[in-house]
Amino acid sequence: MISKELLKRTEFYLLIVIVIISTVLTIITDQFLTFSNWFDLLRNNSFLGILALGELVVLISGGIDVSFTATATVAQYAMGIIISRYVGNLFLAFLIPGVIGIGLGSINALIIFFTGVPAVVVTIATLNVFNGLLQFTTGGKWIYNLPASFKNFAQIKIVEIPQPDGWPVGLSILVLFWVGAIILTWLILNRSTIGRKLYAMGGNDEAARRAGFSIFRLMLFAYCYMGFLAGIASVVQAQQNQVIQPNAIVGRELDVLAATVIGGASVFGGKGSVLGTVLGVLLLAIVRNGLILLGVSSYWHKVATGLIILVAVVVMALQRKFRSEAAA
Amino acid sequence: MDEGVFLEATNVSKHYGGVTALEDVDMGINRGEVHCLVGENGSGKSTLVKIITGVVRPESGARIEIEEEIYSSLKPIQSYEKGIQVVHQDLSMFPNLTIAENIGIGQYIEHGRLFVNWSDIKNRARKAFEQLDVEFALQTRLGDLSLADQQLVAICRALASDAKLLIMDEPTASLTQEEVHRLFEIIRGLKENGVTTLFISHRLEEVLEIGDRITVLRNGRKVDTLNKDEATKDDISYLMTGEEIEHEYNLEGYEENETLFKVENLTDGEHYKKVSFEVARGEVKGIIGPLGSGQTNLALSLFGLNSPEEGKIILDGEEVHLDSISKAMNLGIGYVPEDRLTQGVVLEQPTDNNLILTSLEQFTSSSTGLLKEDRQTEFVEEAVEEFDIKIGDPEDPAISLSGGNQQKVVVAKWVSIEPKLLIMNRPTHGIDIAAKGNIYDLISELAAKGMGIILISDEVDEVIENSHNTMVMKEGQIVDKIKSEELSSEELYNELTSSEVDIK
Repeated sequence: MISKELLKRTEFYLLIVIVIISTVLTIITDQFLTFSNWFDLLRNNSFLGILALGELVVLISGGIDVSFTATATVAQYAMGIIISRYVGNLFLAFLIPGVIGIGLGSINALIIFFTGVPAVVVTIATLNVFNGLLQFTTGGKWIYNLPASFKNFAQIKIVEIPQPDGWPVGLSILVLFWVGAIILTWLILNRSTIGRKLYAMGGNDEAARRAGFSIFRLMLFAYCYMGFLAGIASVVQAQQNQVIQPNAIVGRELDVLAATVIGGASVFGGKGSVLGTVLGVLLLAIVRNGLILLGVSSYWHKVATGLIILVAVVVMALQRKFRSEAAA
Repeated sequence: MDEGVFLEATNVSKHYGGVTALEDVDMGINRGEVHCLVGENGSGKSTLVKIITGVVRPESGARIEIEEEIYSSLKPIQSYEKGIQVVHQDLSMFPNLTIAENIGIGQYIEHGRLFVNWSDIKNRARKAFEQLDVEFALQTRLGDLSLADQQLVAICRALASDAKLLIMDEPTASLTQEEVHRLFEIIRGLKENGVTTLFISHRLEEVLEIGDRITVLRNGRKVDTLNKDEATKDDISYLMTGEEIEHEYNLEGYEENETLFKVENLTDGEHYKKVSFEVARGEVKGIIGPLGSGQTNLALSLFGLNSPEEGKIILDGEEVHLDSISKAMNLGIGYVPEDRLTQGVVLEQPTDNNLILTSLEQFTSSSTGLLKEDRQTEFVEEAVEEFDIKIGDPEDPAISLSGGNQQKVVVAKWVSIEPKLLIMNRPTHGIDIAAKGNIYDLISELAAKGMGIILISDEVDEVIENSHNTMVMKEGQIVDKIKSEELSSEELYNELTSSEVDIK
């Protein structure tokens, strides 16, 4: 039974689109619906999936952050230096980037709150500052000599499926970080008063002020949470590649923003859900995966991503229009 | 009902720089009364409310006594704990959240609360519904409700926070007559339950209808507090402005047989149908009806938006097809939109730029396409003087002007293209009495020059006093046409509020 409420939801349509595309890919390719393909797809997109959840929280609060790739890069590099030269501790490998992420996030929040300059402008600036300083100090050098504990961790599988023709395929432990971020973000947004205040502030910031909410603390929370997740995501990315390159992450901002917006978050604030964001990431991932399986030139990947974003925002704009006409 | 004083403010003053916002104001609010606060824009009403709610600190010497406790100034939390709740004019609600959450949102600022108790939020909402005897679906998004319903939800939110004193800031500004009546029923119901109301309004008829006592402010000073039975509309407007407000705006006569504009059987298939009327040169045609009766859609059709499906529009004896704004403008039709904030003025832009928006071509050099600044300056100076627009520097953004002056900018902007026909959609919506008077004067001047004017309004007196002929529009149809002088407020009011739609 499909209720009317369901028909209003972006997530419902996203799910339908994902099912249709997956069905088509299953029919025309042999590899799409296999454990090994899906396990890879989930592992390879955990990094983007975690970042998208951070962006979701910032968008809901009525802000936007495009500096998180630089935050992640800085956090990752600092972690790489410490664990490769000083202490090869796995716990530190996650703690350091998390803390650095929170620190850089708070810089964003402070500038945005105290200057009143639009968040998009501030974070474009900090993106360049963070990234530029890092490139300057590191000279763009890669870090290869990561400790064994770091390398071994990435090999852990949480599920293994035996294959008839030899090696079993397994689901990487890295996916757990995405799952953890999903649960944490969902709890914050739906069960904590901070999360609900963020929605409220994104919907009407003046009313939020009058309701007695501290706008500053809420902003600080949103940007620091984004920074924290950027830090965690950067470790996942380093685990996946087993090398730290200072130029690997910057440039992915738009993929993350796209996934979040496709998932129904509004750049005007106050709107968006964890489920939608996860589905948005999956949709982009599946399309990209399908194009690779079909042997389509990688230039077309960008075109496809662009088209999906365009379709998604047009559909949402139409929905909003019908809605306001129905209310009038 | 328990009698006695709920709040007693004495010696309240506030200055901003050299500007007096409040000077030595004394005011008492009795338990369980509906106390009205009236005054023109800038008279200090909102400053007084901000002091009572703790948003603004009064200067030293002030004494505010609330239920036997004495403060020299309040903090917002103290005001909140004393049960003082405000329903703001803009409602200050969250359109993206559900009704239940909007009502129960006070839970989130309770001390040390980390997690949401959803069932408690729903209970708060249900309790408020019971108190107010209203019913809404808890999970509906607030933004999907009409403005009037959103306001009820705002009242529910105040009640959910145990309001003892409910302050309502211009609550009727965006409501239809019918909705105003429902609101008054609610306020009376609250009064029976012992809730005190401070009601702030521009509309004196409403103040006299709902208020027990009326406090008048003028230029930051309290002029008087009147009992309802000893006050008349004229008394109050005299106290507010310090001058007698003339209620008769003598429109000059017009040539009835010089038809300027004619609409025959116009139908847009959705909002209005079979609309026919004529406007003569120099005639002011009033259109009145409950909000959402199709007036705005009709106006938009006459201005080139919202193309009609059937019917004829005839201007100066020739049939015209109005399918774009630029076409309507070129034919000599101007439109003052109902919502100046979103459609009328570019708030961030300087006032002078706003004034020339419609007539840019006149100020543009034909060879370079650039703006001729000296001509602009000259025009702006003229307009400011002719329309009595109170501005500091023409370069100040329009947002710095008061509502009334913003509206004058919108009207001036349209008059500057010298239209043959000017459509004004609720031109005095949300502006103070003096500015209203200016707009009315302007209407009669423009009509005297031969301009045809369509005045859309939902205020009975406004239409009767400022139009030659009144048309009543209901559910998309013109149900009655009357000569305005032959109408009484009461008759027209009854016709508007009766639920029948029968075409006379």
